[in-house]
Amino acid sequence: MGETIAAIASGMTASGIGIIRISGPEAFAVLESIFLPRTAADVQNYKTNTIHYGWIKEYNGKCSRHQEQKLSMQEAASKEAVIDEVLVMIMRAPHTYTTEDTVEIDCHGGPYVMKRILEAVIAAGARPAEPGEFTKRAFLGGRIDLSEAEAVMDVIGSRSEDALKSSLMQLSGSVRRAISGIRTVLMDELAYIEAALDDPEHMDLTGYPEELAEKLQVPEQKLKELAATFDEGKMIRNGILTVILGKPNAGKSSLLNALTGEDRAIVTDIEGTTRDILEEQIELGGLSLRIIDTAGIRDNSGDAIEQIGIERARKYAADADLLLAVFDAARPLDDNDCEILQIMQGRKAIAILNKSDLPPVVKEEELQKLAGAPVVRISAKELTGLTQMEEYIRNMFFSGKLDFNEETVITNIRHRDALMRSVESIRLVRESIENGLPEDFYSIDLMDAYRSLGEILGEEVSDDLVNTIFAKFCMGK
Amino acid sequence: MTTAVSDVFDVVVVGAGHAGCEAALACARLGLRTIMFTVSVESIALMPCNPNIGGSSKGHLVREIDALGGEMGKNIDRTFIQSKILNRSKGPAVHSLRAQADKSAYTLEMRKVVENQDHLVIRQQEAAEILTNKDLQEDPALQELLEQTLKRECNQKYSEYFTKNALFTVSTKNQTENVDDCTKIIGVRAISDAVYFSRAVVLCTGVYLKSRCIYGDVSQYTGPNGLMSANHLSDSLTKHGISLVRFKTGTPARIDARTIDFSKCEIQKGDTPVVPFSFSTDPKDVQIEQEPCWMTYTNEETHRVIRENIDRSPLYGGVIHATGPRYCPSIEDKVMKFPDKTRHQVFIEPEGRYTNEMYIDGMSSSMPEDVQVAMYRSVPGLENAEIVRNAYAIEYDCLSPKQLKSSLEFKKISGLFSGGQFNGSSGYEEAASQGLIAGINAARYCQKREPLVLLRSESYIGVLIDDLVTKENFEPYRMMTSRAEYRLLLRQDNADLRLRKYGYETGLISEEEMNRTELKRKQIKEEIERVSVLNIGTGKEVNDLLVSLGSTPLPSGVKLTELIRRPELQYEQLAPIDPDRPALPADVQEQVNIEIKYEGYIRRQKKQVEQFAKTESRHIPVDLDYDLVPSLRIEARQKLKDFRPTSIGQAGRIAGVSPADVSVLLVYLKQQENKKR
Repeated sequence: MGETIAAIASGMTASGIGIIRISGPEAFAVLESIFLPRTAADVQNYKTNTIHYGWIKEYNGKCSRHQEQKLSMQEAASKEAVIDEVLVMIMRAPHTYTTEDTVEIDCHGGPYVMKRILEAVIAAGARPAEPGEFTKRAFLGGRIDLSEAEAVMDVIGSRSEDALKSSLMQLSGSVRRAISGIRTVLMDELAYIEAALDDPEHMDLTGYPEELAEKLQVPEQKLKELAATFDEGKMIRNGILTVILGKPNAGKSSLLNALTGEDRAIVTDIEGTTRDILEEQIELGGLSLRIIDTAGIRDNSGDAIEQIGIERARKYAADADLLLAVFDAARPLDDNDCEILQIMQGRKAIAILNKSDLPPVVKEEELQKLAGAPVVRISAKELTGLTQMEEYIRNMFFSGKLDFNEETVITNIRHRDALMRSVESIRLVRESIENGLPEDFYSIDLMDAYRSLGEILGEEVSDDLVNTIFAKFCMGK
Repeated sequence: MTTAVSDVFDVVVVGAGHAGCEAALACARLGLRTIMFTVSVESIALMPCNPNIGGSSKGHLVREIDALGGEMGKNIDRTFIQSKILNRSKGPAVHSLRAQADKSAYTLEMRKVVENQDHLVIRQQEAAEILTNKDLQEDPALQELLEQTLKRECNQKYSEYFTKNALFTVSTKNQTENVDDCTKIIGVRAISDAVYFSRAVVLCTGVYLKSRCIYGDVSQYTGPNGLMSANHLSDSLTKHGISLVRFKTGTPARIDARTIDFSKCEIQKGDTPVVPFSFSTDPKDVQIEQEPCWMTYTNEETHRVIRENIDRSPLYGGVIHATGPRYCPSIEDKVMKFPDKTRHQVFIEPEGRYTNEMYIDGMSSSMPEDVQVAMYRSVPGLENAEIVRNAYAIEYDCLSPKQLKSSLEFKKISGLFSGGQFNGSSGYEEAASQGLIAGINAARYCQKREPLVLLRSESYIGVLIDDLVTKENFEPYRMMTSRAEYRLLLRQDNADLRLRKYGYETGLISEEEMNRTELKRKQIKEEIERVSVLNIGTGKEVNDLLVSLGSTPLPSGVKLTELIRRPELQYEQLAPIDPDRPALPADVQEQVNIEIKYEGYIRRQKKQVEQFAKTESRHIPVDLDYDLVPSLRIEARQKLKDFRPTSIGQAGRIAGVSPADVSVLLVYLKQQENKKR
């Protein structure tokens, strides 16, 4: 509390209007630094319950309060990096939902615009709201009836679980490894400094500052690169990385076509017709899936081109967030199917029993046991069973309560925000070194960087430093 | 008619080590009738391990104890034989004062202080049981004894505290609540069967509970230095529902100085001038002749001796199961855990001015005697060393401190407090800090005042106690500056500015001392204001001075603060170009320099503290039923039940409690409050 928070208040579906809400003592100051009003105005002193027309621009540290006359869209765009044309609503404390100063920005609906506006709001000094935080503030401010407290607690509890899941899901293994690797580097240096401060008679820091400045170069660069990859938002653009697996002619491409409604993959009855990896972005009941159709998995394929396709299929399967494994209900399970079943073990996966319109050979119960995953009977031809599959996917990633897209965007912004903060902290360490400050000052910013990165991984900091000091350095009497 | 001796006090303090002495002095100085038990009067404020007070972060603790009105700083100022500021080349937050003590003088001086303290009775006696209102209820003989005791004229004033009604109520801030099942301390029973009724009890049993000293195959059930251990109290505590754990620590050998070849060691001298620990000590009084310490190293031969005999170590052979501190490893631990290190530093420190015993810092051990002899004699300078006292490990019963509130009162037993190594800490300074707080709060409990709880944001003592009560502690806890997240604000140089107000408000700091601190605060503020508007031109005098101080000349005029911020310049050095500078005491000048130099960082930490303070001030009732709070995660629920945090801030620091759980808790508390209204 006390901090100014922001979030996307409308859903993230591509609706007509999107709403970004800002609440807290700095709400108007934040707005002022990113809002270009059409008519000259003192943004911070707008009257309560008024609506104003203008543009949201990228945050650049400068306010544009004092322009002389009315601006047109073109003029606004020529002056500043304009993100969108908006209406802003001003609501002053205490008569607001949260009982704090509140701004609502109505922009064009569309995930990309909303995300960029929220990013600008955060750059201007707000922080991403925690799950359920507006509701929490409303309650603590006395706006919500006592009887609803249970519901409020439930929202906070369940939303946070979802957010955590979403957060972890969005980090690919390689990003996670990169971040934890950098954290380890930071912690080792921190522990070294702190051990030396604690036991100055055993450890000498002469020459260390220069060494540290050099050691921080790589992590700093790496973090900047990571932040850049977060820029566009993996999930918003890419969705859940979904790989369709299946032996030749099991019906992978038919499934894809049924999902996309387009005839993108070549569907024939000859085994091995899908040679390229096809990618498709689909919206499935509010879920964003990035679907990859692969060449069928088949041993001893003599076709060289197809061989490459199979290799890539295995590789994609390893990186996937979700596996959709297609099995042919009309043919008995063979070695190829067994291989696919093996790939599915321990993964988020759904076994799809295709061709359910034909007389079944493969039993559902048997398949479920082998796959260790839910089984859905579909007929890609007849378009049956797709709703059930969608339900399973939802349940697999969220407990069904979440507006998936909103949370992923927020998570994404949180991650990027945390990365940027860690980059800034490392810059401050370098600055302290250049300014000749004593070593204990480096710890302050190193610890901040370490903590910011920990937020991304959902890791607590508490005793890491003390533990590392004891593990790595021989301390004491 | 019982024949047992009995008496009534306001406060009973069990133990007379560094914690016990501070606790007893605090209570007695606040006018409460206090009795302090010790197994041996000779062992009052004993230093059974290292011969120093202070050091990194521990020096901060001593300064804080002093600012609050404790005794440790004053006592070491009277009895040190060498003094140093560690980390002088680093930032002001990590400067740490450390003194070598004359151990016997330290003990003797503290004994003088406690023996001459009004309202304080010292009793050589082993406390065997704690007694509560429940025990009284169940034991007619005890009831009769209490009645008899209260009949005595001198004890009649205590009658009101021991009425049935008073014994079963708990006083809180605004009201007195009748709690039928509350457990309240009523005193202790000594091993002689004597009963000392009291309103509060402070346990400062150190390492004496069921203690066992071990080296090699030799295992003796004694306290340190062969002193008697206390073998009864543990069972009584367990019986009262208090859970104990077993910790261990160790100490190196003491060697006869006449058998050490100091020419093979490097000399380590103290600083001149000496800076005193206590804010009340006149610096003139501590400019004494100092004793040197010495440094040498272990070598491959030492390590070979240890490795070849490692199976004979009770630690590695499984005789000792208790958990030892990682920061104070035995030499066998260092050799086994850091096999790549070919040598370890060894400091040889005098145990006093008038003894030949030297403390071998860095080589604590529990190896068998013959291995110890071989291992010490392998070290350059110690080839002919004669051991006076063997190194040994000691294990003992202590508390799992999550059973305590931040005030150091037991959550389950009102009026029972504990401090010191018994709480799972290590070190004289950590012990004294807790002893002082436990003592102050026992006194405030008797005075029906709110307890003194220092925050992490205002003191190392606050960090120490908060860590103890909110973290799973698997080893004796030692203070470190890295444990303090607002380190830059918690400097040893400003402990008086931070904490004297609490000492004054408690009644342990005099008005005169408080006025001096307030004057200092005012002078600092005014001087900072003055120099931040003071313009410095680019005259020759200015630039000459800058160049002579290794700085760059000014291209244009600046405020004086700008110059002070340059790393190579100090406030004091700029006096020649600041002709109107008022004459200020050295400690004021030091503060002005630090506050200006590190202003950016200090401001940042102050801002963080503001956020922190908000969550700290949001209290959680100790008896909150976490099962009734919906939507908490299972792990969080268990941890919260286990630790029973007293504030929202504390709840958030418990491992396993997420920010969302904290939010849920906030909403629940708000709901409950509104319901009450």
